[in-house]
Amino acid sequence: MQDRIKYWKGIEELENTPEFEKHAHNEFPEFLPINGAEGGESASSGKTHRRDFLKLLGFSMAAVSLASCEAPVRKAIPYLNKPVDVEPGVANWYASTFYQGGDYNSILVKTREARPIKIEPNPSSGLTPLGTSPKAQGSLLGLYDTNRLRYPLIAGKEAKWEDVDNQIKSRLANVNGKVAFVSSTIISPSTKKLIDEFGSRFGNFEHVTFDVNSASGLLQANGGVIPGYDFSKANIIVGINADFLGTWVAPVPFAKQYIETRKINPDNPAMSRHYQFETILSLTGSNADVRVPIKPSEEAALVSALHNAVTGGGSASGTAVDAKLLTSVVKDLQANKGKALVVCGSNDPGVQELVKAINTAIGAEGATIDTAAPYYVKQGNDAAMLRLIEEMNAGSIGAVFFYNANPVYNHPLAARVASGLQKVGLKVSFADRVDETAKLADFVTPDHHYLESWNDFEPKRGFLSISQPVISPIFTTRQMQDSLLAWSNQSTDFYEYMRSNWRTVISGNFNEGWEKAVHDGVLENGTSLLKVSAPATTAPSGIRKVQPSAIEAVVYEKVAMGAGGENSNNPWLQELPDPVSKATWGNYVAMPRLMAEEMGVRQDDVLKVTFANNESIELPALIQPGQANGTVAIAMGFGRDLDAMPVAKGLGANAYSIATVNNGAVLYTSGVKLEKTNATSPIAQTQTHHTVMGRIVVQENTFANYKENPKEVTEYVRIATHEGPVKPATISLWDDYEYKNHHWGMVIDLNSCIGCGACTMSCNVENNIPVVGKAEVLMRREMHWMRIDRYYSAKEHEPKDYAEMEHPADNPTVIFQPMLCQHCNHAPCETVCPVAATMHSSEGINQMAYNRCVGTRYCANNCPYKVRRFNWFAYANNDKFGFNEPMNNDLGKMVLNPDVTVRGRGVMEKCSFCVQRVQLGKLEAKRENRRPKDGEIVTACAQSCPTEAIVFGDMKDPESRISKILARQQGERAFHVLEELNVQPNITYLTKIRNLA
Amino acid sequence: MISCILKTQSKILYTFLLALVVSFGAFAQASEQAEVAQKGVDPGATEGAEVTTGDPAVISAGEALFKNNCAVCHSAGSDVIVGPGLQGVTKKRSESWLISWTKNSQALIQSGDADAVAIYNEFNKQAMPSFAFSDDEIKSIFAYIDSGKGAVSAPVAGPEGAVAGENVGTDAVGAIGGYLDIVLVVLIIVLIVLVVTLLLITSLLKNYLNKNRQLNEYDAEVVNQRFDFSKVYKSNAVRTLVVLIFVVVLLDLTIEKTMGIGIQQGYAPKQPIAFSHKLHAGEHQIDCNYCHTTVYESKSASIPSANICMNCHSQVKTESAEIQKIYRAIERNEPIQWVRIHNLPDLAYFNHSQHTQVGGVECQTCHGPIQEMDVVYQYSPLTMGWCIDCHRETPLNTEGNGYYDKLVELHESSSKGAFTVSSNGGSECSKCHY
Repeated sequence: MQDRIKYWKGIEELENTPEFEKHAHNEFPEFLPINGAEGGESASSGKTHRRDFLKLLGFSMAAVSLASCEAPVRKAIPYLNKPVDVEPGVANWYASTFYQGGDYNSILVKTREARPIKIEPNPSSGLTPLGTSPKAQGSLLGLYDTNRLRYPLIAGKEAKWEDVDNQIKSRLANVNGKVAFVSSTIISPSTKKLIDEFGSRFGNFEHVTFDVNSASGLLQANGGVIPGYDFSKANIIVGINADFLGTWVAPVPFAKQYIETRKINPDNPAMSRHYQFETILSLTGSNADVRVPIKPSEEAALVSALHNAVTGGGSASGTAVDAKLLTSVVKDLQANKGKALVVCGSNDPGVQELVKAINTAIGAEGATIDTAAPYYVKQGNDAAMLRLIEEMNAGSIGAVFFYNANPVYNHPLAARVASGLQKVGLKVSFADRVDETAKLADFVTPDHHYLESWNDFEPKRGFLSISQPVISPIFTTRQMQDSLLAWSNQSTDFYEYMRSNWRTVISGNFNEGWEKAVHDGVLENGTSLLKVSAPATTAPSGIRKVQPSAIEAVVYEKVAMGAGGENSNNPWLQELPDPVSKATWGNYVAMPRLMAEEMGVRQDDVLKVTFANNESIELPALIQPGQANGTVAIAMGFGRDLDAMPVAKGLGANAYSIATVNNGAVLYTSGVKLEKTNATSPIAQTQTHHTVMGRIVVQENTFANYKENPKEVTEYVRIATHEGPVKPATISLWDDYEYKNHHWGMVIDLNSCIGCGACTMSCNVENNIPVVGKAEVLMRREMHWMRIDRYYSAKEHEPKDYAEMEHPADNPTVIFQPMLCQHCNHAPCETVCPVAATMHSSEGINQMAYNRCVGTRYCANNCPYKVRRFNWFAYANNDKFGFNEPMNNDLGKMVLNPDVTVRGRGVMEKCSFCVQRVQLGKLEAKRENRRPKDGEIVTACAQSCPTEAIVFGDMKDPESRISKILARQQGERAFHVLEELNVQPNITYLTKIRNLA
Repeated sequence: MISCILKTQSKILYTFLLALVVSFGAFAQASEQAEVAQKGVDPGATEGAEVTTGDPAVISAGEALFKNNCAVCHSAGSDVIVGPGLQGVTKKRSESWLISWTKNSQALIQSGDADAVAIYNEFNKQAMPSFAFSDDEIKSIFAYIDSGKGAVSAPVAGPEGAVAGENVGTDAVGAIGGYLDIVLVVLIIVLIVLVVTLLLITSLLKNYLNKNRQLNEYDAEVVNQRFDFSKVYKSNAVRTLVVLIFVVVLLDLTIEKTMGIGIQQGYAPKQPIAFSHKLHAGEHQIDCNYCHTTVYESKSASIPSANICMNCHSQVKTESAEIQKIYRAIERNEPIQWVRIHNLPDLAYFNHSQHTQVGGVECQTCHGPIQEMDVVYQYSPLTMGWCIDCHRETPLNTEGNGYYDKLVELHESSSKGAFTVSSNGGSECSKCHY
């Protein structure tokens, strides 16, 4: 990766696309200047002359009159034979399942005219009924990715399926050596059974499971399964380098459980206490009550100190962690026996053995760990994969299949994998595009997208779910399972195979039971299908010593991007800000402020990172508050250089080399050397201010104070008048609106918001929000209607001045605040619009009429919340924004919501409270001659929130959830942001409560 | 609807009044038709209702179902259309037989039922499609047939009946307009004759005076006065006036033409198949909903797919060249590419079901006399002003709709005007633009 000093005007220049070459010497940019995006050079040459102006004027007049002569003929093409269930203009919903690298979501897929356009949580699911992960929301775009393979490849050349089948079958018949099937974790019972049956035809077959961000150590310590953690039953939660709300094991189910103990019932206040020890400032650490930064080399010592203290009653010493704090952790754990839980993200089986012993000692098993229902979402066996790599290099592997696995790119020993592959006779990849591994394969037999496939899932014992095709295959791809069936000379297809496999779990009439399971998407009657056994190959036991080094590096998984780079080509996810660093489009070296000051490094300075294997990469530095001192962190999944991933090309660098093999286990840490280069490379962050400058924007208080007097936890602004201090609303200059019908409003519980970004992603998909790219994000022109503001805070700042506040503390507390249009009743934007393009509705919604907007941007300037977004460019049908796939190619456009306008250049846009859903909900009610039911009309953000932090509803309906919350919380935790401005928002926030030790 | 007539054909007041009188009776019939159509959307509407023969509610529910589903092939009288006329069928067959026949006639035939096989053979082995009605719904249909309403009204509701009648007003205006033109032309001819006669008289008199009388100088000057036109067109006032008029006319034209850009009122493109709404909706009175299946459910009314055409045209007029085009499309597996007539801009959201089912608006209100169109044209301008005008003037269809209950009371307590779409927020931006 060359990330040296290189400035570019746009992605085109960076990539040097043919389009860019063509336009490079065109006079057009001079003629029609595009201000700003390119920097100084062209801005000066891009002057408009009077004659040019007149020419333009004349041209546009002529164009308008020409265009008006004849309206374009538009076709209306009905179905030839309309499917019974498809009504044009009416959405159909199908239950399905998203699973990727541990992230499991039972989902509902919204289809319009038989094309999927939105993913929502499946309320029938027992595991993920509330919300989805941002990855699940974004996975939709993968279906419409034009870079997917459209046909199978033989030696890199387009081929026919018959030829592929014949060649593979004949080569398999003469295979010489072991046949290996490498996949990421498979939680599909039928697929697993099928792979085993496929393998039984060979004398020597092995199914190796390789997870990029693996939990091998945890699995080895727990007999091949992940303990059935239940955070909802825990009063004390201790997390050690386990980002269980963001990336670890099963984040969406965990977030649901976790938040049950964090939501405060005002009538019976109770709250769990969460300690987090970690190297990076993770999403989970950001939500912890007490967070302690530790170096990777201190992890094992910390766990054994905890173990000794909990089991032996000894003191928790011998660690770098503050002894007083550790003692209080131990005290809390011992006081809450059976109601406490310790989780650790370490991949060292020895450490995990200790964690298991701690959990046994504190009575977690059978209480906060459901021993009857373990999780299956991670099954990767690092030791087996390492052995396979050696076997490949030794030449004893005859054939290898790669399914959802790309070790040439993302294995720590990628070079060994690549060299080993040269000695394998038959290499088949099921990748959906030519990725790093598929490049070296003899055959690429592209798999369907999951929305095109039948499959079943068992993420947790007894929790079965199904995915069903919601669109017929777009390309001539074939589901991996069907390929295996074809190669085993079986005539049945996978759907039938799966159905017959399910006969054992459906009692009663099978067809009825099956239909119901497909309809519901889940079957949770306690029966289990998936066969999981303890790993045959294991790493040696015992704790591995992580050698302390001057700079310890960790490689970590980003919440939205995933571990293995599967989503690299997804522009939605690339532009979704990291929950904590708020960085988009690429990875970086996250380092603590102290280290940066010592090295003289400033943000955006490019550093040369040299790994233990002497390879090096160059990445810009990002000063990350909360990063353990003496450590740096780099995210996985970047540094792609693939033609099949144009969106990801050139973003960041590959940091898998940080992961090292230590005594048969892969540890995601090692020592690195850092060198300053003279280059800088800007990191596109959506939020660069870390403080609210003392204004009342976010509010938080302690649980102790809340229990004492809930009326004191929130600070309310009072305006001084001659009659004494009064509420801002009482001295209004404005007349109030009278709402007769509905009054839509939203309550956001800061205590429940974990900051994952699912709402932002969901909003992007629902509302056709364009992707603007790194260059524009750097110009602060991202278009997200909804953002999650992240603020750092620390006690020591309170008495100091603003300059000091700009420096976050070394271990700050973090607070997340979803920020969207507040739909003010006295909206400052409405009064300044010269063309009345934004105004108030009779239902309390601040409306935005795009076609009336002339783009003065007065409204954005007058908005105190900075939630209005301006279309600086045409992001649709514009080659310069080719990475904005949902709007720039015919296939990508399939994902657009047909009920929402794609905005043009030069207009303002902002959150509409999902007015299309409000209108539809009202229409449905009117058609059924009734009032809308509460919960029927929800915004996309509220629907996708995995923790129910966002509640949307009609404040006019006294029985609605929102009315009840507001009535109960008024004067306690309910507050408006910047209430002193008296803009009277329709969005109310609830104060965050921390359960400090 | 009447206001539309006023706008489009703003002629003289009395013609309009005449039209009003003529159309009034028909209008009442038309709205009845609309009501039926509206009820027809919901086959489940009658579910659970006690079916007692003679109950008017059941009969009207049955009527709606019959007209939407059966009338295409059966008359309620004794005429044979595709299938037999159904008058008196309940006396010939048992109720249970009728129900199982309606639900799945093929099953009954295959079970070897003698009556069923006989009918099947009698009507050229033409299968009746299956209908997923509830028993009560089927009973209501036969209750309607028994009531004899359909049998009596069928001949009356001929082509010039219910649906077509709605447009008599428009026709009247057109007819009277033609008559007026003739009167005007005659008047103009009379006037021209008058002017010519007068000029002739003047000239005669002048000649007479000049020849036969010795006029004094003063009188001669009066008689032989010459009008100097150059003075008129050389005067500044006249010139200014002319220029002014020219500019005003030009501006007016420009503005009118500019405002008309993108408005395709009257747009009547040639369609790939010469489908006639006049024949189907007018003469055969097929309910709009029969082909435009989603008009009460969805934002789009939906253009019928070929399989809907095939419901009838697998049997009817199979030799027609136009129908052959449908067969070809099916054989080639290529959908028929109709030319879209009503093109709303992408920035405007329009929902048919909101207007048809909830609002109770007739199709003709916006689409014009569709039942008389051989070739469909865009009847309304489809401009925002046109939408808003209607939203401002039209009272909401709130009767019996639980959604509006409190709102109507609230409105009546605070305002004397009608509870229009606009007074419920129907002219706000984000009702249509999002």
